Amino acid sequence: MNSKSIHQFTNSPIHQLTNRCISNVTYLITQTLNALFSAALLFLIASGLTLAFGVMRIVNIAHGSFYMLGAYLAYTIATRTGSLLAGAIGAMAGVAIIGLAMERLFLRRLAAQPLAQMMMTMGFALVFRDAALMIWGGDPFTLPYPAPFTGSLQAGDVVFPAYRVFVIVVAAMVGVLLWVVNERTLAGARLRAAVDDPEMAAATGIDVGRVSGLVFAAGAALAAFGGVMSGPILGGYAGMDFDLLPLAFVVVIIGGMGSLKGAFVGSLVIGLVDNFGKALVPELSYFTLFAPMVIVIAIKPTGLYGRG
Amino acid sequence: MAAGSKIALFVLLVAAPPLFDSYWIGLLTQVLIFAILAMSLDILLGYTGLPSLGHAGLFGVAAYSVALLSTVHHASFWVSVAGGILAGTLVSAIFGLLVSHVRDVYFLMITLALGMVLWGLSYRWIPVTGGDNGISGIPRFDAHAGLPVSGPAPVYYMTLVAFLACSGAMTRLVRSPFGFALRGIRENERRMKSLGFNTWLHCYASYVIAGAFASVAGVVWAYYNGFVSPTYLDLTASSEVFLMVTLGGPGTLVGPALGAGAIVLLKNVMSAYTHRWLLILGIVYIVTILAAPQGVWNVLNSPPRRTRGTRR
Repeated sequence: MNSKSIHQFTNSPIHQLTNRCISNVTYLITQTLNALFSAALLFLIASGLTLAFGVMRIVNIAHGSFYMLGAYLAYTIATRTGSLLAGAIGAMAGVAIIGLAMERLFLRRLAAQPLAQMMMTMGFALVFRDAALMIWGGDPFTLPYPAPFTGSLQAGDVVFPAYRVFVIVVAAMVGVLLWVVNERTLAGARLRAAVDDPEMAAATGIDVGRVSGLVFAAGAALAAFGGVMSGPILGGYAGMDFDLLPLAFVVVIIGGMGSLKGAFVGSLVIGLVDNFGKALVPELSYFTLFAPMVIVIAIKPTGLYGRG
Repeated sequence: MAAGSKIALFVLLVAAPPLFDSYWIGLLTQVLIFAILAMSLDILLGYTGLPSLGHAGLFGVAAYSVALLSTVHHASFWVSVAGGILAGTLVSAIFGLLVSHVRDVYFLMITLALGMVLWGLSYRWIPVTGGDNGISGIPRFDAHAGLPVSGPAPVYYMTLVAFLACSGAMTRLVRSPFGFALRGIRENERRMKSLGFNTWLHCYASYVIAGAFASVAGVVWAYYNGFVSPTYLDLTASSEVFLMVTLGGPGTLVGPALGAGAIVLLKNVMSAYTHRWLLILGIVYIVTILAAPQGVWNVLNSPPRRTRGTRR
């Protein structure tokens, strides 16, 4: 597996800059902003993972592949067309189609067999990884920064790149959008019904199959969007598919499987723990995730907002 | 398996080193090691119905312990072996406390995360584990154990002894009342509970026992390979063991052993001919699930007594 993202979280210019800062408060604020950036990325990835789990009980190992394919597709489209926006939209659409095809053609046959579905997604994860290696080669790359966000923001002693703030804001907007769709629209009501009780939902005339397909595709697109958003900072590299996946799983476990609110809270918790863990005890990163996970599992095995 | 084929297989395994060249003996050693690992996972997955996706982590803890003890601390052979098995079992005993009350997909996710925590430790705790470079220089088995012979045969025979001992012990285990209680929990935990079984304790014991056997495999692996690195305990490794069990036939011990053989051979033979073995492995996953979801051994021994060796 690749260490790049982990290194880049801690070895980024921000981090080096903070090392020069004398003020502990500045350090604290900068690290918190970094943590929020990680949390934003994690939320984009984990929200699709948790929704697919909620509706279909799928433990989707290939979810990291969607994140990877998003970055790679966006890179190809952006270099061909010269437009980052076209890259982002194309990547999301492409990955959504891949996700939809996977759900329709393969996973649906295995409905209610979580283990078989998990194995299937594992197979797809390997296929995607090798396909990406075949198509794009193993060389790492980064996406260009979108033009308005190349600089940095300054408030007092705190200097923070504008792009990271942009990612945090966008992820927050996605969170609000998902919440509105989920709680305030008919489609969201159907989705919640399908999560609560697929059989009853089907009996009331909701096309649960279609809801499942759409949720899976939307989750894939969100993960791809995460890949695009992280593109200018973390970039694309071989092994990125399994890099953030375990963190996303920990987010889902802590937040409660199937819960959007849980994904939100879990992302914040893991973003903070992971970032401060890496900053304070770099050699024990990943292990620092152990503590919050263990505490939550011990107190509430279904996660903070999960249902039993 | 019939007694006749058992004896034939035993004779073949014992007589193998003079008959094949060292490459094939090495491969056979790998097959036996992963057979132990796959069978140990099957106690959880096939017999208890607990799908663990972090099993390679426990294997890795044992292998790393052997590496650390034998290189940094210059421990003797038996201390390294005992230390490795003890460390792996101890970690399973701790993890078991965290996972024994969860079931099904939740078990899958939490063991996945725990396995990744171990992987992260091996990868990032560089002062101790050497990070990505792993730990090399584990003494050769024959030299460390003070044997007068060298070559691939001693480590092969050690592996064979470990394999026979473990498979014998696991066979006895699954045929014991305890093993039947595990199967009862897999089929209907509520009923087992009402019959007075402490199902939590059974699941916990199953997890720790599986971890102990995985540790044996890890110890042997460390000596066979002479080198440990994080790739042996990551998610791909854990799911490969999972594939061995699923492909071979969960709920039988022979099936996972055969599955281990098939995957190890496929991996090695394929990587000699093509760089695309990851793709092929991915397709093997997909085809296995579509064509033989209950495992090849269960298909061969049809009519199966159960539809599926795992809990719904």
